[in-house]
Amino acid sequence: MENTGTTAVQRSYTNLQGYEGPGFMATTLDKAVGLARKNSIWPLPFATSCCGIEFMATMASHYDLARFGSERLSFSPRQADLLMVMGTIAKKMGPVLRQVYEQMAEPRWVLSVGACASSGGIFDTYSVLQGIDRIIPVDVYVPGCPPRPEQILDGVMKIQELVGNESLRRRNSAEYKELLASYGIQ
Amino acid sequence: MTLTVLLSSPADYLPVAIMFVVAMGFVLTTIFVTHLLGPNRKSKIKLDTFECGIESKDNARVPFSIKYFLIAILFVLFDVEIIFMYPWAVNFLDMGMEGFLKMLIFLGLLLIGFFYILKKGALKWE
Repeated sequence: MENTGTTAVQRSYTNLQGYEGPGFMATTLDKAVGLARKNSIWPLPFATSCCGIEFMATMASHYDLARFGSERLSFSPRQADLLMVMGTIAKKMGPVLRQVYEQMAEPRWVLSVGACASSGGIFDTYSVLQGIDRIIPVDVYVPGCPPRPEQILDGVMKIQELVGNESLRRRNSAEYKELLASYGIQ
Repeated sequence: MTLTVLLSSPADYLPVAIMFVVAMGFVLTTIFVTHLLGPNRKSKIKLDTFECGIESKDNARVPFSIKYFLIAILFVLFDVEIIFMYPWAVNFLDMGMEGFLKMLIFLGLLLIGFFYILKKGALKWE
């Protein structure tokens, strides 16, 4: 390590690549924005059952989601970046979840925590939605019934990876619009 | 040692003016350009009032019965009375007869008010 602005630890943490010199680093706008975004994700917890209890542990001091810049929960979708769906989503809850998702500001990400949110889990019945990806697009799935806080953290880190590497043009791309249109979201 | 006479002309304040313009320009540009830069989606549902995901209905400003207001404001009135009674109860022995008489006057006045609202029928719900 000679004469570099960032240490090896810092660089592996931010995972940034760019032109480096003594005391400075130049990179693309995409990466700089991605770096800022991924380390300040405001989650909106949509906790409907036991995975929500695991999420409480994830937020508390022992596992501490604040280490990833996500200590500020947003209970309004207006300021939220990440929708964390934790728990069984009944079919009657579906439209509510969908509305919350639609009212989030762009860019937005969705983390589906636990078997129920991801696939309906053990509730293979007429009343339960068989996975939230039937009504909204999901970015990362966390398996488990319920998953341990470490797993939820892993899911959040995967989201961070997506956020950090996302192109600034993605949300305006035809592909993304097509994805939303396939869910009937304007 | 040379002595320079410092005379300020209006031109000397030009940097301040430039500073002001830059500061204002930065703020205004940021406020307006952010609306153009970020991705956004303005659908009917997106711009709807947020009601925890439930469809919002009607106007928030609807007239409701005056009875609720009357009961609430009267509750506050007599609630405050209790606030005065607590310290009196704690210092009951110290304040002695004088304190007792003072409280009697205070409660008497409030009691007159209470009978007034009772006679007016403010507490009658039906």
